[in-house]
Amino acid sequence: MLKRVHFIKIMLPLLLVAPQIAVTIIFFMWPAGQALYQSFLIEDAFGLSSEFVWFENFELLFDDEIYLQTFWRTAVFSSLVAVLAMSIALVLAGFAERVIKGAGAYRTLLIWPYAVAPVLAGALWVFMFNPTLGIFPFLLEKINIDWNHYLNGGQAMGLVVAAAAWKQIAYNFLFYLAAMQSIPKSVIEAAAIDGASPMRRFWTITFPLVSPTTFFLLVINIVYAFFDTFGIIHAVTQGGPANATTILVYKVYNDGFVGLDLGGSAAQSVVLMFIVIVMTVVQFRYVEKKVEY
Amino acid sequence: MANIKLDKLTKSYGDTEVLHHIDGQIEHGEFIVIVGPSGCGKSTLLRMVAGLETVTTGEVSIGDKMINDLEPADRDIAMVFQNYALYPHMSVEQNMAYGLKIRKLPKAEIKRRVEEAADILEIRDYLKRKPRQLSGGQRQRVAMGRAIVRDPQVFLFDEPLSNLDAKLRVQMRLEIRKLQRRLGVTSIYVTHDQVEAMTLGDRLMVLNGGYVEQFGTPIEVYEKPASIFVAGFIGSPSMNFVSATAANGVLTLSNGTTLATNTTAAGAVTVGIRPEHLFPNKDGVLKIEVDLPEKLGATTLVHGRISGAETAFTASLNGINAASTADVLSFDAPPEFLHIFDAETGKRIS
Ligand SMILES: Nc1ncnc2c1ncn2[C@@H]1O[C@H](COP(=O)(O)OP(=O)(O)OP(=O)(O)O)[C@@H](O)[C@H]1O
Ligand SMILES: [Mg+2]
Repeated sequence: MLKRVHFIKIMLPLLLVAPQIAVTIIFFMWPAGQALYQSFLIEDAFGLSSEFVWFENFELLFDDEIYLQTFWRTAVFSSLVAVLAMSIALVLAGFAERVIKGAGAYRTLLIWPYAVAPVLAGALWVFMFNPTLGIFPFLLEKINIDWNHYLNGGQAMGLVVAAAAWKQIAYNFLFYLAAMQSIPKSVIEAAAIDGASPMRRFWTITFPLVSPTTFFLLVINIVYAFFDTFGIIHAVTQGGPANATTILVYKVYNDGFVGLDLGGSAAQSVVLMFIVIVMTVVQFRYVEKKVEY
Repeated sequence: MANIKLDKLTKSYGDTEVLHHIDGQIEHGEFIVIVGPSGCGKSTLLRMVAGLETVTTGEVSIGDKMINDLEPADRDIAMVFQNYALYPHMSVEQNMAYGLKIRKLPKAEIKRRVEEAADILEIRDYLKRKPRQLSGGQRQRVAMGRAIVRDPQVFLFDEPLSNLDAKLRVQMRLEIRKLQRRLGVTSIYVTHDQVEAMTLGDRLMVLNGGYVEQFGTPIEVYEKPASIFVAGFIGSPSMNFVSATAANGVLTLSNGTTLATNTTAAGAVTVGIRPEHLFPNKDGVLKIEVDLPEKLGATTLVHGRISGAETAFTASLNGINAASTADVLSFDAPPEFLHIFDAETGKRIS
């Protein structure tokens, strides 16, 4: 009898966590392990056999000028996306907080883009900026800007940055708004009585007080720009023109599934995995403790 | 000169009017206490003076200048909030200097003023600390400091002591009073605590349901409450009330007891007697059946009912009294201590 009870006691908790563990193992651990293993292999040109080469894939990777460029490009892309998405969200939240009439409607509208799937968001921007059909190239032509992101790498980068940032603004907005609403109203009022203009209140009181949120969002946004922008880039530019918008995740896909360099692609995945781990650690270390003020 | 004038001020939120035709004249250097029960509109009134709430109708003036449409920043006021509202990310020093920096005072002047205020309030040792590293009482001082460094025309206080423990409250109350006397700055102080109101104010504005019930010195308010509300609100323990019929200088209570009065009131009235104005006397006409004696040491509060009338009555007796439950005590209620109110309107008759 005692044994039976004991048995149930172990089984029940196991049973309850099993689905989670199964999901983690099947969709995260196993592929990660595979990627890690794969990154130590080099396939022959016909994909018939593979050879275990230890770190050769990584050595090749870090000697590769194009890969290093991609790294740099990704850094630029992520910073632009994060800064753009966060600063616009911050300003919008600052205004939304002051709005009294119809606040609910504004907020709901501002949150909608978040619900749009990345590929659809990409498609939207592709249509708006299509050099022959889109509305924006048409308008830009009037101020003598010749828009063609299929040929101009800088414009292509601008477009994917805008599309990626646009989608993330809603998320940042929600967090900023919540953070601002948790600042006691009397603190802002005290600043008003002390003579601070709305602008000054925003920069000297509100902004410092939402700094923990800023830090949290910075990590989230960089992770987003690193990984979740794949759909947008795939829909808008396919990494082109001439790799101008190929960021790390896109290169993993391109080298692996298009170029069929499985070992190299896997090595890139492992590098990305490492970056995520570092960022997650940073986030837990600092966000958990909150930014000091 | 920072005299404040409230002229037929009203405040409405949507269709509900929460303040009705508030009038009041506050002299330069006066300490005014706005007192009343929760939700009566005290904070709203104060915030209208501060410029944090818009004025619906009427006018607020400071120094004979109408300031209805002036931003809070331009009113030259300082306010101490109930939750102190210190800037959590700034040190005590920065908190106090914030308003001065905005006014672009020279650095040396800012330093001098902050240090002077810190000395007055005895917070010199905490200048480098953040608000969260301070106790409630210290935060309260910093909030006061932030107000006084500005050297404003008017101080506004919204229940600044309500978050402190009883002992500290008494101490800070004295300090605020001394500070205000010393600086001579016109002040408006909001509280729901009638003891605070009585001890601090040069004059009290007693507010109830958005109406000014009475505006007078603490002694006036105590001795000649303008309405049943004020009579019951000011004074502790609160005044006893009993209904009576008045005719020819005699008040007849429902149990037949008669009390002499020196007013000409006639008809249905409410008679108020403060517990401390009931004087024990074997031959007294007012008989009270004791329900519960509360021995407080210096005084004994006798809670009971008027014999035959079932009206709750409290008497405050000096020292420790031997009265016990079910005793019947007799009291004198001298005419000069009787407050007579119109039974219908609740307004004072004499
Ligand atoms: N923004 C608002 N919208 C609608 N009604 C409000 C608003 N602010 C205050 N009121 C109402 O106005 C009345 C007065 O509020 P106020 O805050 O001035 O009360 P108070 O006397 O300061 O009370 P307390 O002692 O509890 O602080 C209350 O009945 C309150 O419900
Ligand atoms: Mg209040």
